[in-house]
Amino acid sequence: MSFINYSSREINCKIVYYGPGLCGKTTNLQYIFRRTNPEQKGKLISLATETERTLFFDFLPLALGDIKGFRVRFHLYTVPGQVFYAASRKLILKGVDGVVFVADSQVERMDANMESLDDLEINLAEQGYDLSKLPFTIQFNKRDLPNVAPLENMNRLLNPGNIACFEAVAVLGTGVFETLKNIAKQVLTELKKHY
Amino acid sequence: MSASDLVMYEEEFNKIDNELQKLYMQTNAKVVFLVDKNGQLIASAGETHDLDTTSLASLTAGNIAATGGIARLLGEQEFTILFHEGEKDNIHISLIGTRVILVVIFDKRSSLGLVRLRVKKASETLVKMFDEISSKSEKEKSEGKLDESPFAEISDEDIDNLFR
Repeated sequence: MSFINYSSREINCKIVYYGPGLCGKTTNLQYIFRRTNPEQKGKLISLATETERTLFFDFLPLALGDIKGFRVRFHLYTVPGQVFYAASRKLILKGVDGVVFVADSQVERMDANMESLDDLEINLAEQGYDLSKLPFTIQFNKRDLPNVAPLENMNRLLNPGNIACFEAVAVLGTGVFETLKNIAKQVLTELKKHY
Repeated sequence: MSASDLVMYEEEFNKIDNELQKLYMQTNAKVVFLVDKNGQLIASAGETHDLDTTSLASLTAGNIAATGGIARLLGEQEFTILFHEGEKDNIHISLIGTRVILVVIFDKRSSLGLVRLRVKKASETLVKMFDEISSKSEKEKSEGKLDESPFAEISDEDIDNLFR
């Protein structure tokens, strides 16, 4: 649910990074935070446990620039990936405008990826969203590790709809902005369709 | 995007802003602000200059969402008021209708009783205002007036420019 304010001439959109535990959702946000100009970003808020596992969400507000005189702001959120935080994950999807699914490319994490993707679809459906109609991007993260699954396999398992997907190494920043740009573009294109 | 998108025009924004200013004066508060349930700041009044209102808005919404989750587990529909007491500052959070959150931050110059009383009055007015806003944007949407909106002409180039 985007928020268009004609008075302050702002458009606010919400993007959620989803995926299994330790796939690199928070790492994506941290990289974006490090690489954006101070005037474009707010604080990166992390509600995490002492061992730096996300407990509730991470939040990063980004102001990308102006379109037709409107300031475009994206609010980036991550969900806690661990299975037992299901209740919190649902809450964060409320009012989402676009979803990035971050998949862990390691072979042994394929089951976790598939479980998380199912969980995403179910949680979205509960809020009345259909994943196939929502702006959606997939990121295959951790491509630098030795034990990664081949792209064809990952696409077959996680991306049957053949939507836009990006290879990434989020710790180094590879693919991070490409993913963000793609989802932002989809969200704005959707906005254009409706207004 | 769903029909629940929030579109705010100047006229309505001014009305809401006035109501917040009034509440700010009446409660002797430090800051008063309105947040959408999805965490987006709608309007604010008071000493906001050294406050990170964007983060506050998102965390408040997270707080309300988590409390709402607890409520449903207990068979309640929602907890409509939250109050956090600090050493110096206190924060009073209340739900306005179904989609907006009103936050009042106050210190010892005010009191919880006063805040509760004034918030209750202001809530009634604000609920009406938000009802008007949603019926107005519904109406404009059905009449196709929104076709004239600036977003219809967003080009791929505009979007690409954001990332330069």
